[in-house]
Amino acid sequence: MYEVEYKQAKTVADAAALLAKTGGKPLAGGQSLIAAMKLRLAQPGTLVDLSGIADLHGIRREGDALVIGAMTRHAGIASSTEVKRAIPALAALAEGIGDRQVRNMGTIGGALANNDPAADWPAAVLALNATVVTGKRRLAAGDFFKGMYETALAADEIITAVSFPSPKKAAYVKFPNPASRFALVGVFVAQLADGSVRVAVTGAAPAVFRATGIEAALAKSFTADAAKAVKVDASGLNTDLHATAAYRAHLVSVMASRAVAACG
Amino acid sequence: MGIQIAMTVNGKAVDADVDPRTLLVDFLRINLGLTGTHVGCDTAQCGACTVHLNGRAIKACNVLAVQAQGAAIVTIEGLSPDGVLHPMQAAFKDCHGLQCGFCTPGMVMSALDLVERHPGADEATIREQLEGNLCRCTGYQNIVRAVQQGAAAMAK
Amino acid sequence: MGANETGIIGQSVRRKEDARFLTGAGQYTDDVTLPNQTHAYFLRSPHAHAKIRSIDTSKARTAPGVVAVYTGADLEGVNGLPCGWLITSVDGTAMKEPPHPVLAKGKVRYVGDHVALVVAETRSQAKDAAELIDVDYDVLPAVVNPVDALKPGAPQIHDEAPGNKCYTWSLGDKAAVDAAFAKAAHVTKLDLVNNRLIPNAIEPRAAVASYSRADEAYTLYVTSQNPHVERLLMTAFVLGLPEHKVRVIAPDVGGGFGSKIYLYAEETAMVWASKRVNRPIKWAAERSESFVSDAHGRDHVTHAELALDTDGKFLAMRVRTTAAMGAYLSTFASCIPTILYGTLLAGQYTTPAIHCEVTAVFTNTAPVDAYRGAGRPEATYVVERIVREAGVEMGIAQDEIRRRNFIRSFPYQTPVALSYDIGDYDQTLAGANELADVKGFPARKAEAAKRGKLRGLGYASYIEACGLAPSNVAGALGARAGLFEAGQVRVHPTGSVTVFTGSHSHGQGHETTFAQIVASKLGIPIDNVDIVHGDTGRVLFGMGTYGSRSLAVGGTAIVKALGKVVAKGKKIAAHLLEAAETDIEFEDGKFTVAGTDRSKTFGEIALTAYVPHNYPLDKLEPGLDETAFYDPTNFTYPAGTHICEVEIDPDTGVVRIASFSACDDFGNIINPMIVEGQVHGGLAQGIGQALLESCVYDADSGQLLTGSYMDYAMPRADDMPSFKVSTRVTPCTHNPLGAKGCGEAGAIGSPAALMNAVLDALAPLGVKHLDMPASPQRVWHAIQSAKAGA
Ligand SMILES: Cc1cc2nc3c(=O)[nH]c(=O)nc-3n(C[C@H](O)[C@H](O)[C@H](O)COP(=O)(O)OP(=O)(O)OC[C@H]3O[C@@H](n4cnc5c(N)ncnc54)[C@H](O)[C@@H]3O)c2cc1C
Ligand code: FES
Ligand code: FES
Repeated sequence: MYEVEYKQAKTVADAAALLAKTGGKPLAGGQSLIAAMKLRLAQPGTLVDLSGIADLHGIRREGDALVIGAMTRHAGIASSTEVKRAIPALAALAEGIGDRQVRNMGTIGGALANNDPAADWPAAVLALNATVVTGKRRLAAGDFFKGMYETALAADEIITAVSFPSPKKAAYVKFPNPASRFALVGVFVAQLADGSVRVAVTGAAPAVFRATGIEAALAKSFTADAAKAVKVDASGLNTDLHATAAYRAHLVSVMASRAVAACG
Repeated sequence: MGIQIAMTVNGKAVDADVDPRTLLVDFLRINLGLTGTHVGCDTAQCGACTVHLNGRAIKACNVLAVQAQGAAIVTIEGLSPDGVLHPMQAAFKDCHGLQCGFCTPGMVMSALDLVERHPGADEATIREQLEGNLCRCTGYQNIVRAVQQGAAAMAK
Repeated sequence: MGANETGIIGQSVRRKEDARFLTGAGQYTDDVTLPNQTHAYFLRSPHAHAKIRSIDTSKARTAPGVVAVYTGADLEGVNGLPCGWLITSVDGTAMKEPPHPVLAKGKVRYVGDHVALVVAETRSQAKDAAELIDVDYDVLPAVVNPVDALKPGAPQIHDEAPGNKCYTWSLGDKAAVDAAFAKAAHVTKLDLVNNRLIPNAIEPRAAVASYSRADEAYTLYVTSQNPHVERLLMTAFVLGLPEHKVRVIAPDVGGGFGSKIYLYAEETAMVWASKRVNRPIKWAAERSESFVSDAHGRDHVTHAELALDTDGKFLAMRVRTTAAMGAYLSTFASCIPTILYGTLLAGQYTTPAIHCEVTAVFTNTAPVDAYRGAGRPEATYVVERIVREAGVEMGIAQDEIRRRNFIRSFPYQTPVALSYDIGDYDQTLAGANELADVKGFPARKAEAAKRGKLRGLGYASYIEACGLAPSNVAGALGARAGLFEAGQVRVHPTGSVTVFTGSHSHGQGHETTFAQIVASKLGIPIDNVDIVHGDTGRVLFGMGTYGSRSLAVGGTAIVKALGKVVAKGKKIAAHLLEAAETDIEFEDGKFTVAGTDRSKTFGEIALTAYVPHNYPLDKLEPGLDETAFYDPTNFTYPAGTHICEVEIDPDTGVVRIASFSACDDFGNIINPMIVEGQVHGGLAQGIGQALLESCVYDADSGQLLTGSYMDYAMPRADDMPSFKVSTRVTPCTHNPLGAKGCGEAGAIGSPAALMNAVLDALAPLGVKHLDMPASPQRVWHAIQSAKAGA
């Protein structure tokens, strides 16, 4: 790891000011950021630790929405009775991230800001049409994710919370990469309160995306068979050591159908 | 250049002036000489460095020492301060849940957290929950048995 | 076992070493901290193949905390790393042995090749400074696949090895094989790849080297499976140091699986540099370094043919293998695909004629050497895959085709040099059939089909040659070292015992197994026995631990030394009891005059030996400390049958292991708990090879694509089933313990069993071939191509 300065922020405003001043990076759970710094792949001059900002922690209901603070750890979400009651698919997704030790440190805010192409949270946020709340504004899911490791966040902008509207039904099914256990393909299927269907796919392409073909099929018939029957176009999907684009395309349909089945 | 940190490690208060880039695992191993916590990878995947931070298992190789400011840390050395094996350690010995012993401290620390989060876990759950700990020697079977036996002994 | 031994042999005694490992008190190399120590970092080649035009270290030398920077040019008078086994080609020429420099000279030949050593006050400073070294590379085309490396026009890796060929070696009677094939009723042909693996002991390699001006001596702590061999090779072949001035200590070692047998560049450079900087130097590999620089395993491409008569009896086998050596010859690289491979191609079968030809090839990759099983898994994979194929083609059941060809009379001379002393292959096959409930398989398959899943069953009946090896035979075959083992039994005046063994434990539990032998033979409590290993300063000599040799060879050396202790004890007892030496019997820790109740305890004899007041000083030296060397008269031949049952999800290609059964014959067993643990670990590695693991280099750039656990699929707990294991015993006929060795069996039989099961499951879909690992995407694509072809 290269040399780095370390600052603790007490408030969101404080953190934003420190980031603006130093050009540094927020530090949440560090599970992606420290890992990258150790390999000398990331080199922030300053880390601004968000863990001491009380406002960023915790899970609450706001009307129909479930609001999860940015610094809430994956493990806290997985075991939250509030989450299990409101949107059980989110608790299940959180329980499937990395391993127990990583879940004990990693945060939802960090995962979203990082926007790893194979991360799980982006699929949930996009499929549920959640709102990403920052210190400056509220961003609709569709506007938040910009591309591989890219988001709409400004350098000094901090995610404070994510607001998930409660769906009618939702489920996430992940096909893990046999080595890293990140999503080789992960599909989040949701039937929103207004009856519309959204299907978000992670792991398959450079960034999370909506599988519109499957959405259309499920809008007609919300069944596992309907999802499975959709042939997903492989162009634009990733090919790497672990999966060809064709295999990924196939898995998108299969995982979508399993997610529909899991919706009950 | 350094940052002043204070925490408790295995019940003892420690403080030090550290370079901010110091990983918690290096702080434990080098500054405190607690070499029972091991390093087996540089991608936070093997779990050999697992310790407890405020009662939760974490990977000490993927956390900065400064992030543990004010925290209570427990390492493998903290489990049997009087030299008597903790029931989980005893179960690993009894079930032959270790061979070279390198993954073992992390495995035991992870197992304790596992048992706390998933009381009464069955074999499949234990196997899943050990995802963050690699062992190249044992084929895991005896580790799984040890976790079950250790959990039962702790419940007594 | 002899009658005069206590019941501790054959018991699952809990391990003596565990308390320290479980409490964090183990002392691994990276736990060693010496006063005033510095830290090393190795600058490695980012290119698979390049000329080094120049290296500028000036900025690095003046960077903060830097103590010294060395490159290949600084290592004047230092030789290259040696290869310990000379293989002779079919044309009578010696294998090509290009120089293997400790730090690159003029050229780099794989990603990870050592370019410079930076010594600094801290690890971070060494690493920071390494980034300031300016190397001007002239990048050359690279070749990573051994078959490609043999093609005309392939990049030339060494001037000394035209066409990248190291050797072409053969074994067996080619004419007899050709004749048998000419009259065969059926011929089965198969092309196979044995996938390259990265050993991945969880403890990365590490070393701490120091030099003392006081006695002009070096001390090296290193993650080694064989410290004496390490010292011998380093001092005599590379650094030209007096052997007695170098102490090599391999303290607790966190797994080896072969990868810690070899003399590596890092510790060699560090020993050399420790005198120059006159301070201790420490280095611990980061896992990413381990991936690129530990010696890898396997990497064979093979064409095999089996000739059968109308009854499915094997008439002959023909095997052509291309084996990668990597960029340089690692310590034992050359003997793995030859001596430990070709000789095993008879398997458990009476195949009367076998011919095998192996071409060893340099590639722009990390060196390849022994990895758990070393040659024998590759051989078993060829034999057991082709036997399955033949059974399928001829419509003979999988267990039946094996039974029809089993060797049943011993000793048995194979057509590929080995002479099996004993075995009972029907027994282990029957045992495996029972464990696997093969009778219930059709019902399970039908039930799975109802759920849309495919079930398959696969067999592998393996044999291995362990307990390396009669030194004279090894020497005749090209070994440049002996392969005996040494043991020393030091009885202390109070009757407690310290045993020094040349074997090394890095997970095998020698401190317990060997203590059981000693306690049992001397009739003393096991707590009175300590086993010392892994230190050239304390242990007289040793060849170390690999090839499942510790018990059969190292254990036997201890048994022989114990025999000498007892013989001397009898002399002392005879004197004390005023009886004839021949009348003294030793049993349960007591020396007794036969037929009387007059006796002396072992403790009394020990005390007398060191307080020789009433002692035959004119005839006998005082003291009780005996040494023995044991050179085996033959290999040992563990064997068994593994049966794997898989269930495949055709929608995703995921292979789930429904059950895995192994019935093995390791000869006599000292500690069943430890043996079972060894089997489990071996199975996990074999299953890892067949299901998950694969080392992949980019074909064009030669970059390692599986350079971390993000891309190299290590077996995790939930990838593994609960294994069903059992043993049968035919005691080895030529060592006093009757032991054969158990360390590698699991890794040898399991890959073929698993792949045979996968192929069995996929057969109804028309899939005929699949290479390891049977990863989801491979299986899925195989199904798609079969569908497209149908
Ligand atoms: C072994 C391992 C396995 C993993 N497996 C998975 C997996 O299966 N699925 C998965 O989805 N993820 C996985 N992860 C990643 C894990 O979920 C991380 O926790 C997550 O990606 C980042 O969260 P963090 O809190 O650790 O963020 P950090 O690492 O602290 O930060 C990540 C990035 O986000 C920025 N950031 C953090 N918080 C904020 C904020 N509030 N506002 C703005 N920017 C912020 C940081 O500056 C940094 O750039 C794995 C990680 C590891 C080490
Ligand atoms: S050393 Fe921390 S996970 Fe490997
Ligand atoms: S016991 Fe060796 S890695 Fe687990």
